[in-house]
Amino acid sequence: MSASPRLVSPLRGLIDVYVQEAKIAIAEQVQYRVANYMYMLGMVAEPIIYLVVWQTVAEQQGGSVAGITSGQFAAYYIVWTLVRNINIVFTPYGWEDRIREGRLSAQLLRPLFPIVEDLGFFLGWKPVVIVLWLPIAAFLSLVFHPVLNPTPLAIAVFAVSLLGAYLIRSLNQSSLGLITFWTTRVGPIFQLYIAAELLLSGRLVPMTLMPAWVQTLANVLPFQWTFGFPIEALVGNLSTEALLGGLAMQLLWIVIGSLLVRVVWRFAVRRYSAVSG
Amino acid sequence: MLRPLRLTWLFFRIGALNDLQYRANFWLQLLQSAIQLGTGLAVLGLIFSQTSALNGWSQPALLAVMGVHILMGGVIGSLIQPSMERLRQDIREGTFDFVLTKPEDVQVLASVREIRIWQAVDVLVGLVVVGIAVAQLEQGVGPVEAAAFAGALVIGGLMIYSFWLVVTTVAFWIVRIDEIAELFEGLYQSGRWPVTIYPGWLRISLTFLVPIAFAVTVPAQALTQRLTPDAFALALGFGVVALVVSRAFFRIGLRRYSGASS
Repeated sequence: MSASPRLVSPLRGLIDVYVQEAKIAIAEQVQYRVANYMYMLGMVAEPIIYLVVWQTVAEQQGGSVAGITSGQFAAYYIVWTLVRNINIVFTPYGWEDRIREGRLSAQLLRPLFPIVEDLGFFLGWKPVVIVLWLPIAAFLSLVFHPVLNPTPLAIAVFAVSLLGAYLIRSLNQSSLGLITFWTTRVGPIFQLYIAAELLLSGRLVPMTLMPAWVQTLANVLPFQWTFGFPIEALVGNLSTEALLGGLAMQLLWIVIGSLLVRVVWRFAVRRYSAVSG
Repeated sequence: MLRPLRLTWLFFRIGALNDLQYRANFWLQLLQSAIQLGTGLAVLGLIFSQTSALNGWSQPALLAVMGVHILMGGVIGSLIQPSMERLRQDIREGTFDFVLTKPEDVQVLASVREIRIWQAVDVLVGLVVVGIAVAQLEQGVGPVEAAAFAGALVIGGLMIYSFWLVVTTVAFWIVRIDEIAELFEGLYQSGRWPVTIYPGWLRISLTFLVPIAFAVTVPAQALTQRLTPDAFALALGFGVVALVVSRAFFRIGLRRYSGASS
């Protein structure tokens, strides 16, 4: 007896895809846990450097810089390490490989938008990342003495904002990645993007330390909703309006990012050609 | 004694001929260096808008640290890392046979085979930054400081080389160590600041485990008259030990090699 075709709603189907991609990602990442850990430790070096520098400045200034105490810096940069790991997404370099080597051909044959596949895979990586992150966070907390006292609402908003940050950064980098349909080398553009992100997102320093004009500029760009906002939600004692308003801004940038990816994709995929694949 | 130098020169010429085919890469490297320099200067600006000295280091002194950091990064990127990555790849794929069969010292040959000239842009950028920093330093730089700086740079470079050799040699036992490069790059960023600002356990690790202190902080100390003769002697002694130990470790690793090719 042949199986009769099941009617599956598009949304159910999409959720199934996400779940399966996540399972694959978990299996793969658990297999290479030592490699994963080295990668994470290399990544943790970045915030520790910022943290030590700013704690040193804070101590020289009698305990705080621009109202941020040594303990608050510690909280900021330790939460940073989690946000950064959540923010690992499919990079433009991945697109570069995918297009240059023609692997996209196989993906185009499947009835699934390639970016959906990426989103699911990298989302599935996150549980592994969080488990690996916990001991690092515990160690850093012992060494650097973070001070934070979030409200339950702040914790809830933080959790949701992690997903928002992940989606915004994924969509931004996917849009950048699509540039590789026109040029085979996305490196320079991507590096400019990373430099802008460093300065305008709160990745380098809490945005309150930046000059006023930089903060104004950051307000009209998506970067700070991927680093500064989630971190500040947990450690910054933000007001309820600021917390909920931040989530609304994240939603706005997710919508903009999705539209951008859709539009660019429509033009980009027409340019695609591969010898084999 | 001169043979390693002649071999290096030979591979330098080959590397140059290779890279000169791809001239656009020069501009890409220059852009990358400019971005790195720009972000570094922005951070320095931010810090000195809040304070006048970081742990006793003035702005020009920290600029000197940054210059040495960029310079040494260029040395690593052009001279050290490419050969080491090729070594790692050859061990994994069994193609190291081709090095072993040549009538040269295996370690020397394996260490100079790949030289990338465009990465050396950072050496020039670093020198310019160091030059600007020196011009701003109040106490100036005399011939003694200059000689100590040059000596410390060479010692530091050799120590970073020894570190890379030891880590790459691990590939004889554990095949998958690709992420080592990322781990090192992450750690190397700590050298942008004098290691004296880090907490004790980290400072000691960054000195004796991963010799970033010797490679960046010590040369910068020499330049800014912070280096005592004792510290210089320690660097020299530790450098010699690192070279000897890494060579011995490489030879032990080599015995584990069994070619997978041919």
